[in-house]
Amino acid sequence: MTTSSTSGQPVLELTGIGKEFGAIRALHDVDLHVHPGEVVGLMGDNGAGKSTLVKIIAGNFRPTHGEIRFDGAAVHFNRPIDARAVGIEVVYQDLALADNLTAAANVFLGRELKRKFGPLALLDHKAMAARALDLFGELRSETRPHDLVKQMSGGQRQAVAIARTRLSNAKLVMMDEPTAAISVRQVEQVLSLIHRLKEQGVAVMLISHRMPDVFAVCDRVIVMRRGEKRADKPIHDTSPEEVTALITGAKEAA
Amino acid sequence: MSVPMENPISFANVGRSKWWHRGIFASQTGYVLLALVVLMIVMRFASPYFFTEGNMQNVAKNFSFIAIATLGITFVIITGGIDLSVGSMMCFSAMITSMVMVELSTPGSYFVHMAADGKTVIANLPGLILVISVLAGLFAAFIVGIINGFCIAVLGLSPFVTTLGMLSIVRGLAYVVSNGRGSFPGGPDADLFYALTSGDVYGVPAPFIYLMILAVVMAVVLHHTTFGRHVFALGGNEKAAELTGIPVVRVKIEVYVLCALAAGLQGIIISGWLGSAPANMATSYELNVIAAAVIGGANLAGGLGGPLGAIVGCVLLEVIRNGLVLAQVNSYWQQTLVGVIIILAVLVDRIRSRMT
Repeated sequence: MTTSSTSGQPVLELTGIGKEFGAIRALHDVDLHVHPGEVVGLMGDNGAGKSTLVKIIAGNFRPTHGEIRFDGAAVHFNRPIDARAVGIEVVYQDLALADNLTAAANVFLGRELKRKFGPLALLDHKAMAARALDLFGELRSETRPHDLVKQMSGGQRQAVAIARTRLSNAKLVMMDEPTAAISVRQVEQVLSLIHRLKEQGVAVMLISHRMPDVFAVCDRVIVMRRGEKRADKPIHDTSPEEVTALITGAKEAA
Repeated sequence: MSVPMENPISFANVGRSKWWHRGIFASQTGYVLLALVVLMIVMRFASPYFFTEGNMQNVAKNFSFIAIATLGITFVIITGGIDLSVGSMMCFSAMITSMVMVELSTPGSYFVHMAADGKTVIANLPGLILVISVLAGLFAAFIVGIINGFCIAVLGLSPFVTTLGMLSIVRGLAYVVSNGRGSFPGGPDADLFYALTSGDVYGVPAPFIYLMILAVVMAVVLHHTTFGRHVFALGGNEKAAELTGIPVVRVKIEVYVLCALAAGLQGIIISGWLGSAPANMATSYELNVIAAAVIGGANLAGGLGGPLGAIVGCVLLEVIRNGLVLAQVNSYWQQTLVGVIIILAVLVDRIRSRMT
């Protein structure tokens, strides 16, 4: 069980990442690294370049400049599926779940387990339910594999979305605003899910606007402003006030 | 850090809904099935003829005439799409089938020779002409399905508009190829064709048998294959389906192809029963087919539906039609009543889901 450290090899390493959309410079010369079992908060105002950065890491965009190294090797992602193949998963803000399917079906969506019946390959419902139950257990979430996602609470939905990343044994999980628009109790559940991921040695990037959440779970916080990285500090060396100042530009860099 | 749950998950504080609030009992299909049973019991007392063997065969045959196409469109509806071209498709496939059958049966073709005494002799296996004709009809449906799917999945056109256009295109083609006269099955295999489409086996109408087989296959495909899972996922949340790496474009094209093939097969069967494929055959059947699917619980918003619902919807429509005839009600009321039932079925489901 790792508790935050900056020792050892980083799982993700960005050097000099830049992205231009025509004449607009969305990102400029961003360096950052994330270690296994580390939870990094990515903060910044709207338009600061957070989503562009996330999309570059997730393989939605190709960077105009710079290099991405994952697990020590240089990688080039053309499509999101390339990023997923090396072990990068994104938990989207709207969670990307199919409401009309069960929790287990959602966990295994696109990677269904099958059993051979002669020439036919039929879904292996039993194995998928059992594995989903294991994953929910690992995340300490009271979620039944056979329940429809439609009937679930926000926290349970998060558990389903996160279980999906565990299924593929992702090494880096990026969570886009996981605590926006859910109840206080569910926020606690989500934060504890992040702790579970950390315990498993998974690196987590938390993109959030909510200062208390970032300070509750993150080991480090990165602040973006106008497409540049303005700060990258261990959480105990900074304060919500300083981070707010960095986000708004009241303080230029730290 | 919060939420202490050290021991294996217990579900102590998560309620489990009662069995009658789950599965089929909580679905529109369940309610409509119940309504159907009640209606049949009422009919039992309203008319002594309703449960006679002859009438039951009649009902089974009649609802089978739209039910196969309803199975097909249910796939499309589950993905959140719609196909308005099924009625035209039925006509076109039927027409191609009987035209090919006649064409291959004319003396001088590869399949039929003229004997010395002036009679025609089948040069090949009996039934071969029939098989080729039916495959030709289904191939026409396949092409139309591919075009529908391509326009919707690849070009991103709206399913409603695409298939509305296709409704007109295909109907127009049916008039063009037959010069507006329609076509008639003919040749040495015609009798076999009639036997296979409007005959029966031990009193069970042939179309009903095909329907049952296809329904079982569909149930397995929808609930026990990756394709079926992806069809539901597409209807539940298309964006999620895409993000999880489901081949959205391929699945969409496949459902429109399945729908067109089902409609084509349905048309071929109907033409066997009619004994011809007139150019105005199955006009506006798409509305009956969609109505049956919706009454049976398929949700036009996507994500819900299945073969049982499709069949229940078709049976309900047919029992009402049949019942009105037996009760000697003016049969012009039928359409009005069908409309009322469509709205009622959806309304009951809406009220139920508000309550829970």
